[in-house]
Amino acid sequence: MTTTTTRPAPGRAGPASPAATERVGRVLAPIVVGVVGLAVWQFLVSVVEVSPYLLPGPREIGSELRDNAAAVREAFWITGTNAAIGLVFGTVVGIVLAGLAAWARVVDGMLAFVVASLAVVPIVALAPVLNSMYGADSEYGRRAIAAIAAFVPIYVNTVRGLRQTTPQHRDLMHSYAASGWQTFRALTLPSAAPHVITGIRVASSLAVISALVAEYFGGPRGGLGSFISTSAATSAYALAWAYVVAAIVLGLVAYVVTVAIERLVQWRLPTGGRS
Amino acid sequence: MTTDRPLPTAPVPDQEDHVDAPQPEHERPARRATDSEPDHAFGAPPAVRASGVSKTFGSRRSQVSALSEVDLTVAAGEFVALIGPSGCGKSTLMRLVADLETPSSGSLEVFGKPAARARADQDYGIAFQQAGLLPWRTVAANIALPLELHGAPRAERKQRVAELVELVGLGDFARSRPDQLSGGMQQRVAIARSLAERPRLLLMDEPFGALDEMTRERMQAELARISVETGAAVVFVTHSIPEAVFLADRVVVMSARPGRITDEIVTGIGRDVVRDEHLREDPAFFRKVTEVREALHAGPVSAAGAHER
Repeated sequence: MTTTTTRPAPGRAGPASPAATERVGRVLAPIVVGVVGLAVWQFLVSVVEVSPYLLPGPREIGSELRDNAAAVREAFWITGTNAAIGLVFGTVVGIVLAGLAAWARVVDGMLAFVVASLAVVPIVALAPVLNSMYGADSEYGRRAIAAIAAFVPIYVNTVRGLRQTTPQHRDLMHSYAASGWQTFRALTLPSAAPHVITGIRVASSLAVISALVAEYFGGPRGGLGSFISTSAATSAYALAWAYVVAAIVLGLVAYVVTVAIERLVQWRLPTGGRS
Repeated sequence: MTTDRPLPTAPVPDQEDHVDAPQPEHERPARRATDSEPDHAFGAPPAVRASGVSKTFGSRRSQVSALSEVDLTVAAGEFVALIGPSGCGKSTLMRLVADLETPSSGSLEVFGKPAARARADQDYGIAFQQAGLLPWRTVAANIALPLELHGAPRAERKQRVAELVELVGLGDFARSRPDQLSGGMQQRVAIARSLAERPRLLLMDEPFGALDEMTRERMQAELARISVETGAAVVFVTHSIPEAVFLADRVVVMSARPGRITDEIVTGIGRDVVRDEHLREDPAFFRKVTEVREALHAGPVSAAGAHER
């Protein structure tokens, strides 16, 4: 998967160009680290014979993943959907409220306390309450927790971003007799975009973690967090680890998606003024 | 980066002609610079007319008087430099003309209408000390910004931007980002942007203040050329005496606390005189520089200054 894209062009004389070498290194280095890590892990389990109760080997975890593929995939979707819904909802509410706060200082004053409170509420405290509020068979509690976790960084960063315009730029827009909407569109929004993106990046991992952790505290059976805890409770350690692997993959997916959004915005914004 | 780009220059006339122009009899009539402006002859409204304009900032308890009883008229097509120490209100005066501030008292007209109306009608273009480009837009898109906001059709926008990047000598940089340009080049983009809608009045608040001396002199020559080409009136705020004399038809000298106009000096250097190195070395130019300096200090400056006379 990597060799075809990164191998230096054949026929080039002498050593590969520094850029190409760097690119190969950047892709190869983590793979080498991963393979070595797995090898050491497997070595500890099969040769040193560390007890499988303490540490199941990667091969065992792999076979558990294979045997329970359908269940793992379903759990992955449940948690992923909860995190995604929470993230989208938290993002929309965060951006809208931040817009209001930047527009009117009063709103900012009213929200400051609420946001500060939400920022310090532990998931552990909130999850059982919301789970019993929405009933044991509802995913809403989990989604609400993910949304709350995502909301805070989005709101804080967006408020800051919307205040990034300089007095001179505002004077300039004023001298153009630009309407409020034009100023927002041409100046305020592009100034805020990098901050909003930073907020989304922080929020995406928080949403995944929160959706996962919320499953430990009641609610319907299903989802990665819920299966990690039940597998561990029934001593099915290898299976628990298999769900952990799926949780890591979910976190990585969230990360890659936000990086893609970031790239898209960076690529779109500079061309915002097609002339 | 700027230094290695040849700048378009207007043809240089014979040296003799050129020295003659600013030199003759020491006192020119005040109207000299505007005589050639037909609009003015027919009684068209001046670009700026301020009478008894005052501006105070601050709350009722701690009021700061920035401008006090200022009277100033700038004819259409005239180049007026405002000079004075920091805090003399020269930038405030320009901001009042731009309707970025409103006067506390007095009346202010731009082309015969209230300043707010002139702003709404986009009668002026403005450039500040900092270029103030939008960093996420290319050079071309920055210049196009006012055209875009005022709904100019795309084709027209494109054509106008192409003209303007050539005018300020940045043809090869239309697609660059501001952060890829030197300070002088950014300032040229800002000037091009201020010219985008062919304003009849240009307001410039120390646009070359942050530039090094070499770039600054080059930019002054370019601005002089552009102002002749466009025929726009210019209100130019500056700290620099030579800059004011070099560029302007008339130098308005201001003093601080409270900000007011203390003197006006007609440079006698016509619009048709090419602003270049020869002018900077011209004795008549030096005499005017001394005159402005003395007006600024309200009296003869020093023995050295007196010697020159």
